[in-house]
Amino acid sequence: MTRPVPGGDGGPVDPDVDLHVPAQRTEPQGRVLAAVAAGGAAGASARYGIGLLWPSGPGAFPWATFWVNAAGCALIGVLMVLIGEDREDREDREDDEGSRTGRPLVRAFAGVGVLGGFTTFSAYALDFSRLLDEGEAGTALAYAGLTVVAALGAVWGAAALTRRAVGGRG
Amino acid sequence: MNWLLVVAGAVVGAPLRYLTDRAVQARHGTLFPWGTFTVNAAACLVLGALAGAALAGASSSRLDLLLGTGLCGALSTYSTFSYETLRLAERGRTFLAAANVGASVLVGLGAVHLGSQVARQLFA
Repeated sequence: MTRPVPGGDGGPVDPDVDLHVPAQRTEPQGRVLAAVAAGGAAGASARYGIGLLWPSGPGAFPWATFWVNAAGCALIGVLMVLIGEDREDREDREDDEGSRTGRPLVRAFAGVGVLGGFTTFSAYALDFSRLLDEGEAGTALAYAGLTVVAALGAVWGAAALTRRAVGGRG
Repeated sequence: MNWLLVVAGAVVGAPLRYLTDRAVQARHGTLFPWGTFTVNAAACLVLGALAGAALAGASSSRLDLLLGTGLCGALSTYSTFSYETLRLAERGRTFLAAANVGASVLVGLGAVHLGSQVARQLFA
């Protein structure tokens, strides 16, 4: 048996793909991929625009990428709570109402598409690498560490605040 | 025009991330988010290669926008990475959460470096 089993672990942590959810085991529909693509284009465009408005020169702290990633992480914390993705009973719920309410498309467009396209791990790693190559080890380590702290703090804080705002569930 | 290049790259990168994530997640039974880890590492490798090619004078700003800002930017994700880390931590899987952060950052950095070195050798 190679197929993942939820067991006592409470299932996988992947918010984009949960193959325990029967609806997600089927091949992705064209409209889901289209929603991901459209959202990705919107998110990447926004990231590109912010980079143009806020360029960072060689050796400088890449503030644009830093804030893009921090903001995207805060927004995914809000989104996942709002669409109920963070609840442990989501498997049953997905069968009941997920497909009817169009929630999978909301997640595909806004979560996988917009926020996935907006935030970037590759530019983060390249910035980190460049700063090291430029001899700016202090800035490189500060950037690498602060991004992780800001991203995790943002997703945690935003999810906690949103849970409280929608009625203390979770 | 520049904006269209970014969009063209992202229109491919985001669905590629989704499909790769699905394919990887279907092939293991652990809690570790290998799907996101894989796309992020792959995007770092490609972006590193692009940066190496640029250093060797074998790239252009247009290619950078299409493949770097568009494709790699949309193929990789920080939001899903941090959300998955939060989910692991909330379930008491602190070690896996920390391992996800440490491994993703180190492998991402290593992949950028490797891609850059290979491209510089190829295009030198």
